[in-house]
Formats: sequence, structure tokens, C-alpha cells
Amino acid sequence: MSATPPLIEGPLIEGRVFKFGDNVNSDIIIAGRYLIYIEPQELAEHAFEMLGEGFPAKLREYDILVAGRNFGCGSAREQASTAIKGLGIKAVVAASFARTFYRNAINDGLTIVECPEIHAAVEEGDRIAIALSSGRITHRGREYAFPQMPDSVRRILELGGLANYLKATLSPEG
Amino acid sequence: MGMTIAEKILATKSGATRVSPGEIVDAYPDIVMSHTATWRSVSVMRRIGATKLYDPERLAIVLDHVSPAKTEKYAQDQQTSRNFAREYGIRKFYDVDAGIAHLVLMEHGHIKPGDLVVGTDSHCTIYGALGSLGTGIGYTEVTSVWLTGKLWMKVPTTVRFELSGEFTAGVSAKDLMLYLIGQLGADGCGYKSAEFYGEATARMSISERMTMANLAMEMGAKCVFVPPDERTMEYLQRRLRGPVSEYRPVYADVDAAYEQQIAVDLSKLEPMVACPHQVENTKCIGEVAGTHIDQAFLGSCANGKYEDLEVAATILRGRRVDPRVRLIVTPGSRQILLEAMRSGVLQTLIESGALVTNPGCGACAGDGGTLADGEVSLSTANRNFIGRMGSRQSSIYLSSPATLAASAIKGAIADPREFL
Repeated sequence: MSATPPLIEGPLIEGRVFKFGDNVNSDIIIAGRYLIYIEPQELAEHAFEMLGEGFPAKLREYDILVAGRNFGCGSAREQASTAIKGLGIKAVVAASFARTFYRNAINDGLTIVECPEIHAAVEEGDRIAIALSSGRITHRGREYAFPQMPDSVRRILELGGLANYLKATLSPEG
Repeated sequence: MGMTIAEKILATKSGATRVSPGEIVDAYPDIVMSHTATWRSVSVMRRIGATKLYDPERLAIVLDHVSPAKTEKYAQDQQTSRNFAREYGIRKFYDVDAGIAHLVLMEHGHIKPGDLVVGTDSHCTIYGALGSLGTGIGYTEVTSVWLTGKLWMKVPTTVRFELSGEFTAGVSAKDLMLYLIGQLGADGCGYKSAEFYGEATARMSISERMTMANLAMEMGAKCVFVPPDERTMEYLQRRLRGPVSEYRPVYADVDAAYEQQIAVDLSKLEPMVACPHQVENTKCIGEVAGTHIDQAFLGSCANGKYEDLEVAATILRGRRVDPRVRLIVTPGSRQILLEAMRSGVLQTLIESGALVTNPGCGACAGDGGTLADGEVSLSTANRNFIGRMGSRQSSIYLSSPATLAASAIKGAIADPREFL
């Protein structure tokens, strides 16, 4: 084992952080009245608008959401992850996710990372870098480890979501 | 080491002899339910160019969230769902007249003990009232199950609840669940299965068990179980589809491993209210009594069942809803509406001043009963998230049907025990 491992390896997801607290529910992410849409851009126009003035426009200035416990709780609406993707958000890092959001994000091709430690350390506007292949986040020179997804599940995410995965696996060409 | 109910069902549905918490399995659901979201699953199917379903008999479709259609967009989406059901010969298809998917499927005998049921709704946990593993998924995943017959599932750990004592008058399963959600938090059972036991559980009606299994989702439960007993079998007998031998109730082994055991004495509970804007924000009735309300919504898969309407009617009989309050009653299903009509419950509710709507999700899903800025609604539904019923400057409180009826009379949140 090398004494000084490389700080970061593999493809990186990097950018500015917007910070949320615990229990951000899927009604807040996208209200029920907009479930008539399924396209990321249409949904993004109304994402988080329950938070009031400035939303969702403000979120477009950020790249990564960092949240506390139980992100995406409540409704199983898949549009919650689609709307976040539509905002141009590259990844959501949370202390924990509600299981329906967790599945929907993977199925939507939205990168999600479960990492309880980073929430307290990070401030709005901070830059972080996520190395998926090595399971590490760097923030202000410090590294935070997170557990890898099972390979079978990660493959869905890597293909950009479940629809792509189905297309690839159902067709005879594979 | 033995297995819990969730472990046994996931083992059976994935063709394994045993599974353990944390393990990921490919499970084959018995039923895949889609409601208003059906058209979205159809659109995914078209987008990927697939045409063949794994097994059309496993699909159940109920158009419930906005019924009948209120806009052209809804009408077109419902038409897509309807045409899909016809094209593929989906026999478990229920149109806009039927009611809330969960209640409709149980009423029609489509949910059996030991089944694995997935669907486009987080409150699929309700199927645990009949001993079935129900859990919510997104619409793309529904498409995937339509096509492949399976989905990956992580075997959850299990929390065991032991219920003793009897509810005092005016207290019910809704109060128990609001109490538990308040105590354990919105993720108190996150990723976990919940099994309910004890003499008090055995005494609960199927309707109360449904409320319990439904609300457990609000503490994050992946699935919920009330082990099937005579009451369950009696409920199923009346809705039988196929021979009784097809029902294979699943019970936990005596040496099953539980992550946590929680005991509750029901006799100690009081009427509870969840305050804006999180379900875990619960208070005893005494702390919120007197809070002014503009609207009272009696309905939803949590508390829009016949027993719920009956409880409210008992309190409202011979009394008037405060003229400042709009009492909206949305029976959970067509069968519930019929039963309430035949028994006189409907008449009592209407005479007291209630507005009765057609069956379905109604105001809980934002279909009617929209709140204006500053308005307050009390609701028997399962969620009080900001803006869920309209303006983001409106507020939602959640309660039992009894508390709701008492509050509608008073024009403010009230203790139902004053009216018993």
C-alpha cells in the first residue's frame, strides 16, 4: 500500500455546493401539480419553487446538492430526481436518502452519494470533488470515504438510467 | 437463525431458500400497480421500443389521482393509460370511477397474503395490512417490471412493534401512527420492514390495519406487516378470487432477528395532530386545540375508508359543520361510497354540511380543495408537506377522522372526546 495515495483518481464530479437540511421531501422538490410533466427541462422550471422567492433559479448556479438525512422522503414520484437533473445538478450527496428517491435517482441516471460526514463540514458555495471509482469526496483538502454501490446497481447509473439499461439489455444486440 | 416476514417473501420471490438483511436479490412481484402515473410508464416503454409484457396478468392499473380528468392534458394522459390497458388486455384495469388504487385492489381481492406488490405510489406499504409486502417505486421502474417481471431489492432489517392495551374512546390507529412517527421521526424506519404484533394488533379491524400500514410509510418504512389472522381471512373470503388454497400467509420464524423491538400501550395514547409542514411534527390534541381551520378534508388511502366515514358521521350526526369551515368528504372508493349511501352515513355527512365528492385521491393529491394563501386545512390524509394542497403559504394539519369531525363542528382543531 502506497504511503501517499493519489488524492483523487478516476472521473470526477466537481463543483459548487448548495446545502439543504434533513427531510427534504419530494413535494418540495417538485409539487404534485407538475407531475403532468416528465421532461427534465419542464420539471426544472418548477423545482423547489415551494422554497419561495429565487427558487429554482438560484439552484442553477450550483453543481452539487449536499443534504442531511432522508433526502427525497415522501412521494415515490420519479420526477423529483428528473427535476434535479433538469436543473443541471450533477450529483446529490446526502447523509441518507429515502429509498424511493434513491432508486429513482439511479433509474434516472442522477448520481447520488451517501456520505453522512460531509454535511456538517460543507458550507454553501464550497467546492467539492467526488471520485466515484474510489468512493471519495474531497473538500478543503480533506477526504471523506463513501460506500460503493453494488456493481449491478451501479451499471444502471453508468448507462445513464434504467431506460437506457433496458434498451441495452432487452435488445438482441445487447 | 430464522427469517422475518420480509426476508421470507423476498426469498420466495427471488427463488432463494433464505436471504439476509443487506443482500440484494432479483425479486419477481405478483402485482405491479400503476395509477395516474401509468401513461408515464407507457411513454418509457415506447421510448425504448419495447412491446412485450412479461405477464399482463400481473399488471393492475387504477386511474385515481385526478379523476375524472380536469384538463385536456389529464384527459389525454388517461386516454393513453386506458388505451394501453385495452391493447394489452389488462384485466385488473379500473377507470376513474373506481377510487384510490390501494383500496380498490384490496377490495377486489387482488392483494393476497405473502404477495410481493410494487407500484407507483409510496403508500403501497398499505398492502401489509393483509400480510403482503408492498412498496413504492418510480414509473420507469414499473416499465422495467412490466417488461422483465423483476426488480432488484435490498433485503431490509426488521423492526418489531408490540401493541398492548386498548385505545380509549376517541383514539384510533391514526393517533397511534402519528405518535410513533413523532417519536421515531420521518426516517425512524428508513429502509426497514415493520412487523406489528400483540393482542391490540389482533383486535384491530382491517380498516385500522390499513391506516397503520399506510402511515408507517411516513416513518420511512419500506414495507409493513400485520401477520394475517382470522380477521384477514374473513376479509379475503368476501373478496375471494380463486380458491382459498391460493392464499399462502407468511409468518416470521420464532427465532427471526429483529433490529429493534418497540412496545406501545395503546391505552396511554391521546388524540394526536401532525402540525405543518412535516408529519413527524406531532403534538397531543391539547397543545393545538383551538387552532382555526378553513377546510377539513376527510379522505385519502389513510382515512377515506368506510369505517373512517362512519366514525366522522357518528360525531356529526345531528350537528352542523361550522359555517366558516368547508368539510370535504372524498370516499376512498366506489364500494365505500355505495356502502356509505346504503347505511345512511352519506346522508348524515351531507346533512351536517359536508360536501361529498366522487371517490378517488381528491384533495390529498391536489385534485380539488385547493388552499389559498394563509388558509389552514385539517386533513385525515398522510402528508402535510408545504404547498401539498395549494398555496405555499397555506398550512395542513393531520388528524384522525374523529378529531376531524369534532374540529369541523367547532371551526377549530378540537378534541373528539368532547363529542363522545
